[in-house]
Amino acid sequence: MTDRPYQGLDPQKAAERVAASIHLRKRKETRFVWLGKTAVAIALGFLVLLFAGILSKGIPGLFQYYVTLDLKLDAQQLDPSGQMTAESLAEGDFDGVIRSSLYQALGNPEGRKAKREARRLISSGSSQRLMNYVLDNPDQLGSTVSIQFAVDDDVDTFLRGLISRDTPEADRRISNQLIDYIDALNAQGRVSYQISDYLFFGSASRDAEMAGIRGALVGSILTLLVCIAIAFPLGVATAVYLEEMAPKNRLTEIIEININNLAAVPSVVFGIMGLAIFIVAFGMPRSIPLVGGIVLALMTLPTIIISSRAAIRAVPPSIRDAALGVGASKMQTIMHHVLPLAMPGMLTGTIIGMAQALGETAPLLMIGMVAFIVDVPGGVTDPGTVLPVQIFMWADFAERMFIQKTSAAIIVLLAFLISMNAAAILLRKKLERRW
Amino acid sequence: MSFTNLMLTVLVIGALYFIAGQRAAFVFRSNGAGKLHSLPHYHGVWAAITSVLPALIVLLILLIGKDLLFQLMARDYFPEEILMGDTVDRAIALAKISNVVNGINFGEVEPWVQSAGDAWIRWEANAIIVANSLVLATSLVGGLLGYRRINPTFRSRNNVERVLTWMLIGSSLVAIVTTIGIVLSVLFESIRFFKLIPPQDFLFGLEWNPQFEGAERAGSGGGTATYGMIPMFVGTFLISVIALTVAVPIGLFSAIYLAEYATPRIRGIVKPLLEILAGVPTVVYGFFAALTVAPVVKSIGESIGLEVASESALAAGLVMGVMIIPFISSLSDDVINAVPQSLRDAAYGLGSTRSEAVRQVVLPAALPGIVAAVILAVSRAVGETMIVVMAAGLAANLSFNPLDAVTTVTSQIVTILVGDQEFESAKTLSAFALALMLIITTLALNYFALQIVKKYREQYD
Repeated sequence: MTDRPYQGLDPQKAAERVAASIHLRKRKETRFVWLGKTAVAIALGFLVLLFAGILSKGIPGLFQYYVTLDLKLDAQQLDPSGQMTAESLAEGDFDGVIRSSLYQALGNPEGRKAKREARRLISSGSSQRLMNYVLDNPDQLGSTVSIQFAVDDDVDTFLRGLISRDTPEADRRISNQLIDYIDALNAQGRVSYQISDYLFFGSASRDAEMAGIRGALVGSILTLLVCIAIAFPLGVATAVYLEEMAPKNRLTEIIEININNLAAVPSVVFGIMGLAIFIVAFGMPRSIPLVGGIVLALMTLPTIIISSRAAIRAVPPSIRDAALGVGASKMQTIMHHVLPLAMPGMLTGTIIGMAQALGETAPLLMIGMVAFIVDVPGGVTDPGTVLPVQIFMWADFAERMFIQKTSAAIIVLLAFLISMNAAAILLRKKLERRW
Repeated sequence: MSFTNLMLTVLVIGALYFIAGQRAAFVFRSNGAGKLHSLPHYHGVWAAITSVLPALIVLLILLIGKDLLFQLMARDYFPEEILMGDTVDRAIALAKISNVVNGINFGEVEPWVQSAGDAWIRWEANAIIVANSLVLATSLVGGLLGYRRINPTFRSRNNVERVLTWMLIGSSLVAIVTTIGIVLSVLFESIRFFKLIPPQDFLFGLEWNPQFEGAERAGSGGGTATYGMIPMFVGTFLISVIALTVAVPIGLFSAIYLAEYATPRIRGIVKPLLEILAGVPTVVYGFFAALTVAPVVKSIGESIGLEVASESALAAGLVMGVMIIPFISSLSDDVINAVPQSLRDAAYGLGSTRSEAVRQVVLPAALPGIVAAVILAVSRAVGETMIVVMAAGLAANLSFNPLDAVTTVTSQIVTILVGDQEFESAKTLSAFALALMLIITTLALNYFALQIVKKYREQYD
């Protein structure tokens, strides 16, 4: 080595420069970590904000105000023909019974206007509720019973304190007289704030106080049943074929590309396909859970296939070799050994796919599940709607109480989603095997 | 017999053949007829398959063929002018007949429609009898033929496995069939749309006013329907840009923090929490955007003297950004974790700080993956529907101002196709053309992302 004079920075100076820069570099380091922490904090902040917003509106939405009325169930008035069937009860004057009890509780108001205001207190669906009560309890006919009725949605909003007494009468949706009536009922202890049975057992309604999610919930369950019945076998079969049997050829490659493409297609496009193929070309009826389930099944298929393939790949080759070694055929190896071992992973993927399908809205709008349907669907070919679509429809209604009902419906939907995901995690924890 | 009952009967017959086939095999075994080639239950499954499978195929053919046949037969009832007319007339005639069949009445029915409808109902009744007997006969005869073939040397297992393999192959073809279904359903209607509206008007048109379609046809004036897609694509672009401005920095920095700095404990808590954001249904985000975020954006904007539409692109974009955060953070997290530790160690060895190692070594190495993640996020934002339907409004403004109300491709598709629609109108067909553009855009983005990963991926091992 030739001795050449060092031509770079003077070591002394270099060390000084490094020492001087250390402070700066440390600051940069802190700033960088701080940026990361802020990002995480913001993301979690959004999560908190989202849930706080929904819970703060939705938990009150699970409750609503009821007024208790003492009703004299006069057989002559309610069931003139005395047959006690839904048809004969339709002749009965349920409104009259409720009205007279209401007037009595309010100290028999005089005049048409006063009576009209009094009638605005309770929900317009009250007579239906009373009719159902009489149908369920025919033996109560002739006695006096106290039944709770939902108050009208404006009254409910007032009782929640969202309409102020101080607003001039012309600017608020309820009159001074109505407020007096409410106070009177309150003084008698007839007004109560309870878990809303309308929400869970009522069907779609334009009246906010009577609207419920029962129909949508049943629709969601039926749709998911169709979806799982189609997507699970198809997904598992596809995964088995691609992982265990498919030769490396053109066809296999095309299948794989198609699965990846399907995973990338926006969900609304699946709805368009459902509309064009199942409804227009095949002439299937609109709004039915069967079509909804098929469309969602095709949409979730890629998710299930991908997770099932991962589960199959996780089964060690030694298992297959052992089975083949003792004389099992290829198909027996798969059916008796690979599938049972991969099943937990496949089920986890399926549950996650189903959770995705449960929350999906756009494709179902396309196939007409957005129709206003009062009846609870009794089968997969009855028109119905699903929970997310119900939320979408309610979100459009202007009544203030619908905001609470929508948020309450969202809470129910999220509860379902969270329990499905929790089930998937538990399943994975419990059945997962490390090789 | 109803459809369900027919299916159940077929399945019961199959089950009986299973028992019979298995029994036959046991009998062979106990008779000492030599070693069976296949286990007894394979013989049973073989007999069941030969009974159920052909019956189901016959049922399927009958179900599909029935309506086609009836449509041909109904032509005998058509009056001269409809037979001479074009396909649309014939489709209308068939629709009238099917209304009669289903008992839907729109006033007076022409006599030939009534008689065709009555005939159709008769055929329907006959068809059920024919279908029932044909399906049941197929299942009985098929099962019997399969059962007769069972003997000790019969290779039941191989046959059953061959059928199973074909069923597996059939299942995997569903993915292809679905793709073809999507492409065809969108393509056909788009072609019909482009026959009505020239493609260049659609692709480069600056105005979108399909709502005047009805007025135009009725001849009442009031405006012409125009079908230019540019405003929607600008709206989509605007909202996506806002969403990414929120999601990319937050998602990326979260990923860096979680991958490089966070302790395993924090990581174990924060990661699932972020995933929750991805699991929230989009309709919930839409509700949140419309009800909570939009008013806040409006009042903040107005307090500093800006005019904000009550359904602004900003509100929808912000919420969509929140929705995309977990998407970017988890994909980037994976990519960053895939960068080998040796690279970091080398950087530390040269005296760099942690952040210097991340910025100058880890991020450049992970860049292709991160870019791909961002592109996938764009494709997600472009295809997102519910948030924009609920929060971005419907006004097709050609505007780059985030405070204006804009509309997007997906929300227009939903608006046009929800509810009843006539399949002959340009307005309805335009939704399919939009969907075609949407598919092309998202698939192109995905292809692009894949290519970036493929081209720039570093192989470290």
